[in-house]
Amino acid sequence: MLFSFYKKDLHLHRFLKTDILSAMRKTFLKHTWVVLVVLLGQFSFAKDNGGQEEGKDLKTEIKEYIDHHLQDSHDFNLFSYTKDNGDHVYVGFPLPVILWDDGLKIFSSSKFHHGETLAEADGQHYKLYHGKIYKTDAEGTIAYDEEHHPTNVRPFDLSITKNVVMIIVTGLLMLWLFSSLARSYAKNNGIPTGVGRFFEPIVLYIRDDIARPNIGEKRYKKYMPFLLTIFFFIWFLNMFGMTPLGINVTGNIAITTALAILTFLITNFTGTKDYWMHQFNPLGDSLPWYGKIPLYIILVPIELLGLIIKPFSLLIRLYANMQAGHIVIGSLIGLMFIFKSWIGSPMSFGLAFAIMLIEVLVALLQAYIFTMLSALYFGFASEEHEHEHEHEAELSH
Amino acid sequence: MEIPVMVGAGLVVIGVGLGIGRIGGSAMEAIARQPEAYGKIQTAMLIAAALIEGIGFAALFAV
Repeated sequence: MLFSFYKKDLHLHRFLKTDILSAMRKTFLKHTWVVLVVLLGQFSFAKDNGGQEEGKDLKTEIKEYIDHHLQDSHDFNLFSYTKDNGDHVYVGFPLPVILWDDGLKIFSSSKFHHGETLAEADGQHYKLYHGKIYKTDAEGTIAYDEEHHPTNVRPFDLSITKNVVMIIVTGLLMLWLFSSLARSYAKNNGIPTGVGRFFEPIVLYIRDDIARPNIGEKRYKKYMPFLLTIFFFIWFLNMFGMTPLGINVTGNIAITTALAILTFLITNFTGTKDYWMHQFNPLGDSLPWYGKIPLYIILVPIELLGLIIKPFSLLIRLYANMQAGHIVIGSLIGLMFIFKSWIGSPMSFGLAFAIMLIEVLVALLQAYIFTMLSALYFGFASEEHEHEHEHEAELSH
Repeated sequence: MEIPVMVGAGLVVIGVGLGIGRIGGSAMEAIARQPEAYGKIQTAMLIAAALIEGIGFAALFAV
C-alpha cells in the first residue's frame, strides 16, 4: 500500500513537472524580449568601454567610464566609439541647454560638441567641463584653485538634461498607461484587460498589504494616489536604468532627495494632533510637568531629529542601492579589458549577467521599500489614540 | 586610498553581512513555525534588512 502511494505520488510529480516545464517554456518564449534587452545592455556597456586612449592607466580609464555612466549629461548619448584614425564618434541626440545668466540663454547642447568646443550665446562663452557648464572668456580658459577645482562662474543651469528627459518620459508613460487602464476598467465594468491583468495585482498589493495595515482603515485612501505614483515612478525609472540607454535617474541623489522631501512634507502636513503631541510631549500624562523638564531636554530634540532622519535614510537607501548596482555591473564588464584573455570575457559576461538579473529584482525591491516606509511614516503621522480599536480590527481581519 | 579606511569598510561590511544573514535566518525559522504569517514576517524582514543595508552603503561610500 505504501508502495502504491509512492507510485501515485511519483506519477503526480512527473505530471506536475512536465506541466510546469511547458509553462516555463511558454513564458520564456513570451518574454524573450526581456532577455534580449538585458543582453543589449551588456553590449552597449562593452562598446562604451571599447575606446582606449594612450598614455592612460587602464584601471583609471575604466573608472572614468563608470563615473561617466553614473553622471547626468547634457546630451542623450546612446553609445560612442573611437575610429581607427582616432576620431570619436557619438551616436545620440543633443538636448536643449537653458541657462539663467543675466537673462535667459537657450541653445542646443550640440554647440558644445561633447565638451570639445566652446558654446557662444549672446556674446557670452560657455564651456562644458566634466559635465558641468562654466562661463569662460573667448579662449575657454578655466582657472583652478589649489585642489584643482575650477573657479569659473557657474551660471544657473535649468537645462533639459538626460535625467530630466527620462523623468518627463516616465511621467508621460504613467499618465498614458494608467489613464488608459482607468478607461478600460470603466468600459468593461471593472474587469481588467490586457496589461491591466499585470498591474491590477500590484495595485491591489499596495492597497491591501502596504497602505491598509500601515496607515489604517480610516485614513489610507487619502495616501493611495501618492503611494501608487511613487511606487510606479521609482520602479519604472529603476527598470529604465537596466536598459542599454545608460540611464541612472534613481541613482542621482538630487532626484531621490526630491522624492524624500515629498514624503517628508506629506507626513508633516497631514499629521494629526496626536502625532504632534508625540513629537513635543512624548510622555503624555505619565509624569508631572516638573519631572518632564530634564527628560524633555534630551527627548524632544531626538524626536525632532527623527523627523529629518527618516526621509534622509529613504533618500540615501534608494540612491546608494541604484548607484552601487550600476557600479558593480560597470566594474564586472571592465574586468574584460583587464584580463585580456579568453577566460576574461565569458567570466565577466556571466558575472555581469547574474548581477543584472539580481538588479532587476532590486529595482522592484527598492520601489517597494520606498513605498512601504513612506506608508509607515504616514501611519505614524495619522496615529490616533484608539489603539484598542485598531487591534480588534486587525484580529478580525 | 589608505589601508586603514579599506580595512574599516571591510569590517563594517562583514558586520552588515552577519546582521542581514541573521535576519534572513530568523525569518526562515519564523516562517517554518508559522507559514500562515509569511507575508507579515517577510515585510518585517525586508524593512530590517533595508535599514542595516544603509550602514553598509555608508561604509562603501567612505572608501
